[in-house]
Amino acid sequence: MDMPQPNPAIVSRKAELVERLHRVLPDRAVISDPMETRAYECDALTAYACPPLVAVLPATTEEVAGVLRICHDMGVPVVPRGSGTSLAGGALPTADCVVLGVSRMTEVLETDYDNRFIRVQTGRTNLSVTGAIEGDGFFYAPDPSSQLACAIAGNIAMNSGGAHCLKYGVTTNNLLGVRMVTMQGEVLDIGGAHLDAGGLDLLGVICGSEGQLGVVTEATLRILPKPEGARPVLIGFDSNEVAGACVSDIIRAGVLPVAIEFMDRPCIEACEAFAKAGYPMCEALLIVEVEGSPQEIAHQLRLIGDIARRHNPVELREAADADEAGRIWLGRKSAFGAMGQINDYMCLDGTIPVSQLPLVLRRIGELSGEYGLRVANVFHAGDGNMHPLILFDANTPGQLETCEALGAEILKLCVEVGGCLTGEHGVGIEKRDLMTVQYSPADLEAQMRVKDVFDPDWLLNPAKVFPLGASEARRQTPRASAA
Amino acid sequence: MLTPKDERDLAQAVADAKGPLWVQGGGTRASGRTPQGEVLSVAGLTGITLYEPGALTMVAQAGTPLAEIEAALEAEGQMLPFEPYSLGGVTGVSGDTTIGGVFATNASGARRVQVGAARDLLLGVRFVDGRGEVLRNGGRVMKNVTGYDLVKLLAGSRGALGVLTEVAFKVLPKPEAVGHVTLTGLTDAEAVQAMAAAMGSPFDVSGAVHAPAGIEEEPTTLLRVEGFADSVTYRTERLRDLLSRFGAGQIGTSVEPWQAGRALSAFSQTVRGPGGATWFVSVKPGDAPALMARIAGAHDCLYDYDWAGGRIRIHAMADQRALHDALRAEVAAIGGHATLIHAPSDLADAVPLTQPEPAPLAALSERLRAQFDPRGILNPGVMG
Ligand SMILES: Cc1cc2nc3c(=O)[nH]c(=O)nc-3n(C[C@H](O)[C@H](O)[C@H](O)COP(=O)(O)OP(=O)(O)OC[C@H]3O[C@@H](n4cnc5c(N)ncnc54)[C@H](O)[C@@H]3O)c2cc1C
Ligand SMILES: Cc1cc2nc3c(=O)[nH]c(=O)nc-3n(C[C@H](O)[C@H](O)[C@H](O)COP(=O)(O)OP(=O)(O)OC[C@H]3O[C@@H](n4cnc5c(N)ncnc54)[C@H](O)[C@@H]3O)c2cc1C
Repeated sequence: MDMPQPNPAIVSRKAELVERLHRVLPDRAVISDPMETRAYECDALTAYACPPLVAVLPATTEEVAGVLRICHDMGVPVVPRGSGTSLAGGALPTADCVVLGVSRMTEVLETDYDNRFIRVQTGRTNLSVTGAIEGDGFFYAPDPSSQLACAIAGNIAMNSGGAHCLKYGVTTNNLLGVRMVTMQGEVLDIGGAHLDAGGLDLLGVICGSEGQLGVVTEATLRILPKPEGARPVLIGFDSNEVAGACVSDIIRAGVLPVAIEFMDRPCIEACEAFAKAGYPMCEALLIVEVEGSPQEIAHQLRLIGDIARRHNPVELREAADADEAGRIWLGRKSAFGAMGQINDYMCLDGTIPVSQLPLVLRRIGELSGEYGLRVANVFHAGDGNMHPLILFDANTPGQLETCEALGAEILKLCVEVGGCLTGEHGVGIEKRDLMTVQYSPADLEAQMRVKDVFDPDWLLNPAKVFPLGASEARRQTPRASAA
Repeated sequence: MLTPKDERDLAQAVADAKGPLWVQGGGTRASGRTPQGEVLSVAGLTGITLYEPGALTMVAQAGTPLAEIEAALEAEGQMLPFEPYSLGGVTGVSGDTTIGGVFATNASGARRVQVGAARDLLLGVRFVDGRGEVLRNGGRVMKNVTGYDLVKLLAGSRGALGVLTEVAFKVLPKPEAVGHVTLTGLTDAEAVQAMAAAMGSPFDVSGAVHAPAGIEEEPTTLLRVEGFADSVTYRTERLRDLLSRFGAGQIGTSVEPWQAGRALSAFSQTVRGPGGATWFVSVKPGDAPALMARIAGAHDCLYDYDWAGGRIRIHAMADQRALHDALRAEVAAIGGHATLIHAPSDLADAVPLTQPEPAPLAALSERLRAQFDPRGILNPGVMG
């Protein structure tokens, strides 16, 4: 994976940059010591790392605007950062950039239950948004597995999803408004506590723009009343095909579970060894969760049970109480941790039409054999969002490259069957060069023209999302190279 | 009138255009604006391209009549979740509303509060930009963050960025049963409080509307619950109990109020005939009653609340310009937007159809339009 060469002219002006940043930020908010900037050298795509020139941790929107004005003036690229949990390298710095972290901006600014929204600073973690309101019976729906660590800032930039978005939607469906600072240092308020845009839906294109259009400092989020209760059921099958067919039947039957999670055998084995959740050893496991009152839950679970039984499950286990529910989720929730224990892994997240599940799982199995690397699958089956985890050993020369090549094949397969490269993790640097598989040059050009509008100098997270070749001319704009 | 038969024809027509184009689906919108330039009809691009009920997805050509889409869904026991309704009753124009027109206006009905707006269900688009270039964004899968989300940007853009040629969207199973709790006699403020209490409950309310002029003259508040029959019974009862401080709620299972509700309540019955003007207003629900006290206090109009108060629909036969100016100013001050949906041409030609944006946002929108349509030929003036 290539990154652009750092601009020596910018690097040579580090002292001046630091001095100017100190004028708009408190001392401890400017990090320029090369030992300390290492803390910002990578995100959760740890295969790639590069300490930034400087990292800054502003505490207010005004400070963010001050930093951006200086960087704009000096032609210094800026990489916004939330908690650094991106799996796509979205927050990966270059040696000539300023990392702008919002981790000190964690306040809840307004909570309004009557109108069902919360306004927060975007450095706040996803889980602590729900934490601020759950005592009053509300929650914030999008729940990435990384929710303990990841920030609303990163969630908005990546349009993150989670296990429960089958019912509640992803970030973009739960985002009502933002305060955002452009690369030029202009503060914009977009959307608010009302619904939908009166004019063009700018909020819609900002969400998911991977930190390339502006730095989001505040967010107005839709909050929802907690359901009366929720209960998962665990269903085991002796083939992936049958499990896939069962998913499709559940959806068609009009039951709308809040989550349908799928694990294949390699994943079940790893999770079981790691978390000892008591999973049956079989080819495919589904965790289906439904919500409502006790009677409503019972009714839905009865319907799901009836459908599942038509597919001869090897296991059908309803959670009798909260403890059992916890155990059912335990294995799934520790899947990534379990994988991390046995191996290095690369987590893909292509989405496919649900109808293509059996085909895609079979092809992944074949590809895994061809490349000689194991692949475990754990994913959000209700919406076709795959998470193939390719296991490799980073210390064996060549394995990372083999892993990336296999990953690319799997993602191409997702696109071929009518799906896409990434369902929730974003493009970042990881899938940047595969964008041409999904989009024509004209389609990419249309997207880059949107960046031209918000950031004409291409200083904000410039080396992400678009193939470097496609964005090259734009990244060489006068201000970006002048410095 | 240009009537291309397929996407390629349409792209050619745009590329060849020498002046402004007036993009039209079924033409049921009829804002009242005097058309500018040549009409470009998308009605020739029809047909459902793909329908996978088990994956809850459909793909259709943009000119496909809404009625055809709904019939195909009905046959599989499914529906368009966001509940678009035809405004024929308001605009007085008959014709076939098209699926492209629905997404181009982000048209959403009562269920918006539960499942999201048209923009939330739109998964992918094909469109022709102002250069005549065919572009694609999104896809047909439920989750997709590959590149920028131009799907959301195109939803509701009313032809100003491009002409939609194909749309892919999510559908949902039709609920087995519908029930509602009806409250009568509430003031606007009480009704919005009652709707907030309902929306803040765990009973998964799928519609909350209030008609101050009521169905039979008495202010009426309707709360809808959908799902499996037993569950609907349970939830309507719980909801009625929860709302008892607002009066004795009546439980009903008839779907009629909601079928009427597609063109909702007394509003649609009264609103007929030429000469009327209609606005859709989007504000924070809690702001709505005070806003309407000021507007309706000073100007003769009919109105009702949808989306638990978050959307107000206003209709006026007279005093339209004064009402319009007051409404735009009030809404700008509290946050939100007021769209002029339909009006006699003297008003529709004189004012922006959409709420003017603060200068920095207006500048961004303007530059976006210039990127997608450098010649400024697509629906000039329709989006502010
Ligand atoms: C174990 C694990 C599990 C995960 N599970 C899920 C999951 O279930 N679903 C899911 O969707 N993702 C998941 N992720 C991915 C990741 O957590 C999400 O992408 C998350 O939203 C990133 O948030 P962050 O705050 O860590 O962002 P960062 O990693 O810091 O940054 C991510 C992107 O956001 C941009 N950005 C950051 N802050 C701002 C800002 N203020 N303004 C503008 N742009 C900004 C960055 O430039 C970068 O492009 C998982 C990751 C891990 C490690
Ligand atoms: C601003 C507005 C908001 C509305 N909101 C709602 C609502 O919330 N709920 C509801 O149920 N109904 C709403 N309606 C009414 C109605 O549902 C829509 O007007 C209807 O969908 C229009 O369908 P049509 O095919 O007749 O479009 P037309 O009346 O032909 O066109 C409507 C608008 O969309 C543009 N347009 C049409 N087709 C395309 C296309 N293929 N590509 C690009 N642009 C196109 C037109 O240029 C025009 O600006 C709204 C209408 C308008 C104008």
